Amino acid sequence: MDQNDAGSAPGEFAAGSAVVPLPPPALASAEAAANCFHCGEPCVSVEHSDGEKSFCCRGCLTVYELLSENGLGRFYDLNRTPGTRAEPQPDRFAYLDDPVIQPKVLDFTDGKTCRVTFHIPAIHCVACVWLLERLFQLHAGIGLSRVHLARRELAVTFAADKITLGELAGLLASIGYEPSLTLAGLEKRPRQPTARRWLQVGVAGFAFGNIMLFSVPRYFGLSNATGPGLQAVFGYLSLALALPVLVFSASDFWKTAWLAARRRAVTLDIPIAIGLAALYAQSAFDIFTGRGEGYLDSMTGLIFFLLCGRAFQQLVHERLAFDRDYKSFFPLAAVRISGTREEPVAISELKVGDRLLIRNNELIPADSVLIDGMAWVDYSFVTGESEPKLKQAGAYLYAGGRQKGAAIDVRILKPVSQSYLTALWSQQAFGKTTEDGFDSLTNRYSRRFTRAVLAISLAAGLFWVLTGDTVRGLKAFTSVLIVACPCALALAAPFALGTAQRWLARRNVFLKNALVIERLAVADAIVFDKTGTLTSPRAGVRFEGFPLTPVEQGWVFSLARQSTHPLAVQVVECLQNGRVHQAVGSFVEQPGFGVEGIVAGQQVLLGSRKWLQAKGVSQCSEVESSAVHVAFDGKFRGTFLFETALLEDVGPMLKQLGNRYDVALLSGDNPRARRILLSFFNDETRLNFNQTPQDKLDFVRRLQASGKGVVMVGDGLNDAGALKQSDVGVAVVEKIGGFSPASDVVIESRSVGRLPAILQLARQSTRIVRLSFGISAAYNLVGVCIAAAGVLSPVICAVLMPVSSVSVVLFACGATTFAARRAGLFQPEVAP
Amino acid sequence: MSVILILVAASLAMATAFLGGFIWAVRRGQYEDVGTPSVRMLADEDFSGGKTLSTEKRKL
Repeated sequence: MDQNDAGSAPGEFAAGSAVVPLPPPALASAEAAANCFHCGEPCVSVEHSDGEKSFCCRGCLTVYELLSENGLGRFYDLNRTPGTRAEPQPDRFAYLDDPVIQPKVLDFTDGKTCRVTFHIPAIHCVACVWLLERLFQLHAGIGLSRVHLARRELAVTFAADKITLGELAGLLASIGYEPSLTLAGLEKRPRQPTARRWLQVGVAGFAFGNIMLFSVPRYFGLSNATGPGLQAVFGYLSLALALPVLVFSASDFWKTAWLAARRRAVTLDIPIAIGLAALYAQSAFDIFTGRGEGYLDSMTGLIFFLLCGRAFQQLVHERLAFDRDYKSFFPLAAVRISGTREEPVAISELKVGDRLLIRNNELIPADSVLIDGMAWVDYSFVTGESEPKLKQAGAYLYAGGRQKGAAIDVRILKPVSQSYLTALWSQQAFGKTTEDGFDSLTNRYSRRFTRAVLAISLAAGLFWVLTGDTVRGLKAFTSVLIVACPCALALAAPFALGTAQRWLARRNVFLKNALVIERLAVADAIVFDKTGTLTSPRAGVRFEGFPLTPVEQGWVFSLARQSTHPLAVQVVECLQNGRVHQAVGSFVEQPGFGVEGIVAGQQVLLGSRKWLQAKGVSQCSEVESSAVHVAFDGKFRGTFLFETALLEDVGPMLKQLGNRYDVALLSGDNPRARRILLSFFNDETRLNFNQTPQDKLDFVRRLQASGKGVVMVGDGLNDAGALKQSDVGVAVVEKIGGFSPASDVVIESRSVGRLPAILQLARQSTRIVRLSFGISAAYNLVGVCIAAAGVLSPVICAVLMPVSSVSVVLFACGATTFAARRAGLFQPEVAP
Repeated sequence: MSVILILVAASLAMATAFLGGFIWAVRRGQYEDVGTPSVRMLADEDFSGGKTLSTEKRKL
């Protein structure tokens, strides 16, 4: 991947060409400051404070002032430290006002009034909802703003002549709610037909209630009292009420049953559809011939329960996007340099040969060559390499890298669609679709079930016809179909698996659908991607040498703060605990090597071994891992070592999983962490480093070829192929709602330790589904015996169906909740 | 017993009216987001004395 690496071995200290502007000198008070009132981050200094409240940075203080001036101070009453750290860059969203881009982003505009829906990952609590729905207090051009918490979306109406779209996005970003604007957001997704589902449930419930009312005389044997005339009226009314239920509410069952029949697959929808048809036909026959009132109460009730089961499963879903590709990672626009002008241009309009300006933290949208500037490219998301790479002018930069440091100037070499990252998506694995659900537990069971029911109904009908009772034979035939209508069976899986999904969602584990649970339950191999999923890069900053005194730590801290190099940033994070920044004199930075400066009259050197030696410091110890060496007044003092450490819980988790599963590890990173990981794996061949995305994909394929169900746990785009190929792809994210590659399960990184519990729950809930099948089969057996005898009455049907359904639902929910408790999913996480 | 017919008609009319109300609510999008209102009401009272939507009606 990296043929032009300009020699920044991990062991060396280097710094970007950018020197961050010096913060104002610290105030005299050196007291340790508290946590930020706005975002909760520890405060580095006391320079940003508002009398009694302290803030970690200028940005947070500004947001606080803005909010309190506009009467929005209650934001801070609703939740403690509700804010997100904001990094204001006012013109960053100017590209949104581009006439090509803007119409793609807006939902609606009539030239004056515009409406836009932003996805804002930072939305998370009641205070966010409160603040974002009062945006009109911050700007006169903003009208109604509405938050959708589960989708993390904000819909805003604004007046185009008072505030532009770019300014609106900038305003949101400046208060810490930066909209996530990606290519994927441009493709308007078809709206989920939620309204139609609600209407279906409503209509079914309405008809069910009223038909039951008409059936009451019959339930209590009062038919004689009401008389035949009234009975006929009730019958025809019921028939009329049931018709919209049959046609509209049950339309999805007809559709799926028809689809399955055409594909010659037997799904549960087929016996349901047959049962519904038999119910309505028998009822219509009974009513028209005056034999009775039919089974319409049972039929509408059945559809109502089935729809409720579906709704239950759908409500569980926080609408997370599970099918993302590179488009969710790419920005909408880049800055093109034409002549001396800089102009925003949509990614889709980029051409080979265009010159682009890539600023700090911006993404390189296409494979290109570096023309000017010092590039620190972070490929962690593409390749899994944990440290940014230093690139010199002339270097080849791959799309998907993120620039860290000062702005760079690049020229595009390949179109966006043919670049490295996008090419990953043309892999075969991404063409595969396994979501038809024909192989679910329920459908496997229903294949046998349907055949048995058809055989019994035919046999019963034939038996009575042969004995000479043709009417009874027909009745027996339809009765068996009616009573065997697998209502309880159809409810077992949605309620058991839906309950399991709900318990998992409470612990920040989100499943794409219920099928995932079934596939998790039969998995027997688990493959981890190391970067980010098992290790935490920050956990292991350690100082080796004669310990630094607090005063000396202050010097190192102040000097390291001047650099944007990732290792320097880690040193700052490690030392910042309440420390005050001190002025640095005669600051020198040699990018790629180190920094030098005078703090409180003391000369301080930080950097690589070469850098210190060039400055005349001897006795530098040599180390394997990434390191920053420290010297005071030309004397070597010690070394900061950066070691990747295992996340908490990971050790015990790997041991636990190793007993039952074939556990393997694939990493795109170098084998630095091999030593700490080796003790947890039985087999050394299961530890693989320097893996390319293709290697990972092949590894998963090999495991699958040997007959294993593979669970792949990963976090980067480099894992995307393997995640998609595996039977269950688990994406680990820092924060739910942030970006994650296409996967079946999304899990927060602090919940990774719960993996054994999740797998245990998956196994047990599929067992519960099987048990529920058993219960419903027992009810069906009783019903079929009655029906085959040809003596089924509507009352027996009206009792048997709800009783079987309710008992199965109660069992499924109860047993799954019990299983979730046993798996330890009731205990909340330890706060991070 | 014909009085029952009147009662049946009345009950059906009422039920249909409720169904109509439900359909209207769904069409208006009241069931689009069933999660956020449960959180929104937690912050309904405004103690800060600031301007709220109700005190300052604005039109675009």
